[in-house]
Amino acid sequence: MAADHRTTGTAGLAIGSGGRLSRICVRAVLLLGVLISLFPFYWLVVMASGTTQDIYSYPPELVPGPHLLDNMGRVLDTIDFFGSLFNTVVVSVVGTALVLFFDSLAAFAFAKYEFPAKKFLFGMLLVTYMIPAQLSLVPQFVTIAEFGWAGSLKALIIPGAANAFGIFWMRQYAQNSLPDELLDAGRIDGAGFFRLYWQVALPLFRPALAFLGIFTFIGLWNDYIWPLVVMIDPEKVTLQVALANLNVLYNADYALVMAGALMSVIPLIVVFLFGARHFLRDLAAGAMKM
Amino acid sequence: MATVLDPAGASAADERRPVRRSESAPPGGRRRFLPPLLAISPFYVLFAVFGAFPVVFSMYLSFQDWDGIGDMRFVGLKQYGWLLQDTVFWHAVLNTFEIWFLSTVPMLFLALVLAFLLHSQVRFAGAYRVAYFIPNVTSMVAMTIVFGSVFAQAGLANALLRAVGLDGIGWLSSEWGIKSSVSVMIIWRWVGYNALIFLAGIQAIPTEHFEAARVDGANSRQTLFRVVVPQLRPVVLFAAVTSTINGLQIFTESQVLFQSTDVGTTGGPGQEGMTIVLYLWQKAFKEHQFGYGAAMGWLLFAIIAVFTIINWRLVSGSDRDDRRPGIAGLLRRKGARDGR
Repeated sequence: MAADHRTTGTAGLAIGSGGRLSRICVRAVLLLGVLISLFPFYWLVVMASGTTQDIYSYPPELVPGPHLLDNMGRVLDTIDFFGSLFNTVVVSVVGTALVLFFDSLAAFAFAKYEFPAKKFLFGMLLVTYMIPAQLSLVPQFVTIAEFGWAGSLKALIIPGAANAFGIFWMRQYAQNSLPDELLDAGRIDGAGFFRLYWQVALPLFRPALAFLGIFTFIGLWNDYIWPLVVMIDPEKVTLQVALANLNVLYNADYALVMAGALMSVIPLIVVFLFGARHFLRDLAAGAMKM
Repeated sequence: MATVLDPAGASAADERRPVRRSESAPPGGRRRFLPPLLAISPFYVLFAVFGAFPVVFSMYLSFQDWDGIGDMRFVGLKQYGWLLQDTVFWHAVLNTFEIWFLSTVPMLFLALVLAFLLHSQVRFAGAYRVAYFIPNVTSMVAMTIVFGSVFAQAGLANALLRAVGLDGIGWLSSEWGIKSSVSVMIIWRWVGYNALIFLAGIQAIPTEHFEAARVDGANSRQTLFRVVVPQLRPVVLFAAVTSTINGLQIFTESQVLFQSTDVGTTGGPGQEGMTIVLYLWQKAFKEHQFGYGAAMGWLLFAIIAVFTIINWRLVSGSDRDDRRPGIAGLLRRKGARDGR
């Protein structure tokens, strides 16, 4: 397969045939793209490790300075960093776990069982996917406030605990990768719906769950507008809101704000790099199916 | 709802199953539908409470005048009337479209070129993908703060311009400076994402098509626009529609960028960075005009729906122009229209 791609790639695109020079050009452009992609992160480190005076100096300081730990320590003194990190982790982990459970359970039912109004219900699922979140921002806030959930982490976790995209995605996967014979064998052994889901289907869903998990986790971690609206207590916010608040209140102290930004970015980058390989492959496959 | 599936059809389907459940067995009949219905219910319950009800409620709210605490006052269609006369709202709509156009068109084009180049480059493919995708993963708040400093008056962007002997630009203070800054952030964030989507599409094109192009003596540019682009149509459609939906909902970039410099966040100097969602948030949650915010939500929904349909038509229905369909045809037509 890999050798196949190589011939398609170079010969087919008429780039390799131009010889060494054009190949170097391609590589140079791709590398430039990588530099542009990564530069803001480098710049973040430079600013987070200098003093505010360094940042305002001209010409600007282009290499990291020695004040990184110092600035990070000041972030911890200024805002409840670990408190908001904790909130974000709880929301992301619990939210992702619920999404994986509810979505795969529903997908299993849609892929392998018959029940009344199945087509209608699945069609409805796809329609809900088209509704933009901002349409219901105001009434959703009112609903949450009516429940007394405003300011509570429940408000960030429960409304999104099952979603149309995940069910759709998992169902596609379940249809292709879960053989009926396996389920029938389980039925002969006397397993019911939920045991078949838990012991036969779920282990086979693992690759699809990994993708959906990282996708959901990243989304929950980075969400900004909803926590901004619903976390009404300034003492109890998520990392994104805490960072935005830090930016407003300590705007003159650039180094501090940048250190906070760096600290908020690192955990997610680590999670992403951990699962990047599978995630990127499935992302492409998912888009192709749409 | 139960009548959708007739009993005869259901039992016929049952007989085709390899393992037949006995008709007389206690768990048979309607009760066997219970587990799958139970399994799908969490989504529908959550959607009913946090999705469908708010949508209906927002329709109701948009006919009311309400500050969120006191009594609601029925005003009928007046919220929509005020909205249509609100110059700030129309300014926000215009800004959103300008930023959308400034970001989406170059972004999709760059993504296409990148995908094309990535396809011809097999070494370090994995590393390239990770590097290109990382901007999409990171928090928009943090990166907006970083870009805010890059585009500041004494920031890196102007330092670079001065280093090559040009004047600095008011990136965050002039009309087109603001729109360009926001667009640059969007492009930076989404180019790699779309490039990877396009790359998957290119890899699904049969090898023979490339070989035929090569035999016919096509150069890289011709191969890209005559072979790759036409076959990528569904993938380009996906990217164009998602980019439009995302583009019309820009919020974080404008909100964080100007949060610390203006009172109450109005989108920066001259409100040039004010977007529809930012204005919605401002009116509803800063000024507590919930009815107005709800009405704006519905107008935003209508705008997104219209543009999704237009996108759909332009990218998928360009059969009349068979030689250069897809995004190339789209770009060409856009160019032609602008040139007129």
